[in-house]
Order: sequence, then C-alpha cells, then structure tokens
Amino acid sequence: MLYAIQSLPFLWKGLLITLEVSALVVFLSLIAGVILGVGIVYGPRWLYWPIRIYSDFLRGIPLLVLIFFIYYALPLIGLNFTNIMSVVVALSAFESAHIIEVVRGAIQSIHRGQNEAAKAIGLRFTQRLLYVIAPQAIRRFLPPWINAVVDTVKGSALVSLVGIVDLTLAIQQVIGRTYVPMPLYILGAIMYFVINYILSSASRVLEARFAYIRE
Amino acid sequence: MGASSSSLVVQIRGLRKSFGVNRVLDGVDLDVRKGEVVVVIGPSGSGKTTLLRCINLLETYDEGSIQVDGVEVGFHDAPGGVRQPRGDRELSHIRADIGMVFQLFNLFPHLTARENVMLGLRKVRGLHVAEAKRIAEQWLTRVGLADKFDSLPSHLSGGQQQRVGIARAVAMDPKVLLLDEITSALDPELVGEVLTVVQELAKDGMTMIVVTHEMTFARDVATRILFMDGGRIQIQGTPREVLSATGHERLKAFLARIEMMHH
Repeated sequence: MLYAIQSLPFLWKGLLITLEVSALVVFLSLIAGVILGVGIVYGPRWLYWPIRIYSDFLRGIPLLVLIFFIYYALPLIGLNFTNIMSVVVALSAFESAHIIEVVRGAIQSIHRGQNEAAKAIGLRFTQRLLYVIAPQAIRRFLPPWINAVVDTVKGSALVSLVGIVDLTLAIQQVIGRTYVPMPLYILGAIMYFVINYILSSASRVLEARFAYIRE
Repeated sequence: MGASSSSLVVQIRGLRKSFGVNRVLDGVDLDVRKGEVVVVIGPSGSGKTTLLRCINLLETYDEGSIQVDGVEVGFHDAPGGVRQPRGDRELSHIRADIGMVFQLFNLFPHLTARENVMLGLRKVRGLHVAEAKRIAEQWLTRVGLADKFDSLPSHLSGGQQQRVGIARAVAMDPKVLLLDEITSALDPELVGEVLTVVQELAKDGMTMIVVTHEMTFARDVATRILFMDGGRIQIQGTPREVLSATGHERLKAFLARIEMMHH
C-alpha cells in the first residue's frame, strides 16, 4: 500500500499523458467525424464512396494494427510520426470513423419535413443545419458519442505499446520495480473509472438538457 | 379582378416531371393572379401535391417553366442560353417569398411557437429580435394563439400546431402561400379552427394555392378550382362550374367518392 502511495506522483504524470492524448483525440476525431458525417449525408455523390470506404475500412481493422501500421510501416514510405503522434493519428482516425456513423444516424433520424420546412422559410444550407437539424440531432448524437469518448480514454492505453509512459505503462513500471501488482492495478482501475464515470455523468446531464422532443 | 400581367404572381408553362418511369406532371399550365385563391382537387396520385412542391422547388421539375413574381424558380440562364439549376443561396431568396404550410405541420420541435415564427424573420429577413418578436406575436395572436407564445409544439394540439405553421409562413409576408392538405392530419373537430384562419387570410387578399379534400371549404374559399388527374389539369373554373361537374366522368366519379367518404 505504501508503494502505491509513493508511486502516486509518477502515476499522476502517466495520468496526464492519458488525458492529453485522449483530449487531443476527442477533439480531432470530433472535427473530422462531424465534417465527414455531414458530407456523407448532404455532400455530392462523388464524396459518398470515399467517406464510406474510409469509415468501413477503419472500423473493420483492429486499432492495434492501425497503430503499428502508422508507427512502423509508414516511415518506410517516408511518413515519419513521433511515437505519440502516430498513436494520436491512429486513434483519431479510428474514432472519427465511428463518429461519421453516429452523425449520419443522428441526422437521418430527423424527419425529412424538418429540412423542408426550413427550406420553405428561406434558410440556407448552413442555417438549416445550424438552427434546425443540429439542435435536434445533438440529442441522438450525444449518448453514442460519449461512449466513443470513453472508448478513447480506454483505448489511449495502447500508447504504452509504442513506449509512451501513460497511466497504464506507469503502473506496469511501478509494478516492475516493486513486485506488488494488486494495489497498483486497483489504483489504476479506479483512476480510469473516475475519469469515465465523470464523462458518463456529464452525458446524462447533457441528455436531460436536450430532452425537449417528445417521442 | 384586374387581369394585367403585372398582377400575375405565379405563371406555370408546360410543366413536366417524372419519378423514374412514372410521369406525375404531364404538361401543366397555370396562371395565378394577385389575390386569387386557387384550390386544386383530384384523386391521390394525380400530381396535385407534386405541383405545389415544384413551385418552391421542394421537388425539381424536368421540363417547362415556373415563374413566381416574374422569376424562374428552378433555373437561371447561363451563358449560351442553357438552363442551369439554381444554387442554394439563390433558391433561399426565392423560397423566402413563397410561404408553405405542410400536411404534418413540420414545426421545429426544439423551438417555442414564437421562436418557430421568429426564425425566418431573424435569419432570412435579418430583423432585430424586438421587431421579429413583435411580428411573430402579432401573427400568433391573429391565428388565436395569444396565450401560447412560449409553448413548445409538443404541448399544442394538432389544430394549434397547424395555426403556428400558418403564422410561420405568413409572417414572412410571402407573395403566394402554398397549403398542402393542411387539415388531412387533423382530428375532424380541429379542422374548423384551421380553415377559419385560412378563410380570413383569403378575405385579406392573400394569394393562395390550396390542395385539399375539404369540398365545402373549397367551395367557400376558392376563386377558382382546378381538377387534376393523370398529371394534368382536366377542368378549371369557378367553384360552381367545377363542383356541379356536368359532363366530366372522372370528376363526377371523384366527387362521388369524396362525398361517400364524408358521410
């Protein structure tokens, strides 16, 4: 137990890496996923298949393979990423593929008549999206998106595989030195749980905030 | 009624449209003058709703021309005399002057009654909040919803929702108002309150094109009735001329079916 307490500052550094990677990935994947998701619903026909293939392909391969591909294979064709960036890129691409589907589903769940009514009063495309579609779609977007964020936090543990000392690797290194695995694994689990519990609680608050539509 | 071309609000020539192999509009010509209330009747699949939806380009058309206040709705002339489909920005300008009320109301469920009416005034007409609010409240009061400004659509009855839908359309001060079977989704006891509002608008000189199955209403409100069948206008005339239906078999059959449904 003492070891666990003594190792806290070290674990804290690992936790910060986990949070930094997660935040970066959540931000990048949200931007990419929303733009591509809107593109697949409303974009021109030539845009549909590239996005479709991107989304299906990335959702169809294991995340670990994607990380190793970017970290080990891309340098062979001259694309070098630092170890942390290769994981951020891999995770962002992977999550954005999921967000594309969430955005698509959220938009398509809204009755066609909403877009028509918005057109009929003369709103332009971006206005229709901003004032009519998005405020309704966000309610369906939030729950699966928060799930994706939780997955990202957990998935960020994979950075330890390319030698970055995040929370997971920090725990393993402390165990390697002290040979007392149990308290440290429990401590690590609690830390991950607290982060994700905060996220899912925030999600419930947000869902209630956007629950203005009677089904 | 003055018949000068300046009072022409809608002019449709040779309008054709197909969904796949199914031709829904097969050469429609129609002139609607300022202040006219044109009621379109006909069996389902006759093309009447599609005609209405082409006028503000919720449906594109394949051939022919629709002009609203002298402006071609679907196309602009590109160099070389080719017709090009209009872009989103141009279309939005045109649509802002064409009001539409929908069968299923299509109110924005996340906005209150007042916000529903204000949205177009603010974002399309560019009015300040205070002015948009004043106009929205004025119209909601006129349709009998002075006590419902802050209600969300989900807290309103069907008839009330449809009256908000009408207020939302007329608040934009449209050159023509399109009404697409606006009472079809209502319980029978709520139909009257909506039609009363439309009759008042007609009295005030609003130019309207109305698709409906309510024959009594059609008779009362129409300056002209069109009977559509097979994607064409088969007969048109005053309510008395059309509804007495002498000598047109398909119109007679249609009116008999409607009559049966209502008794």
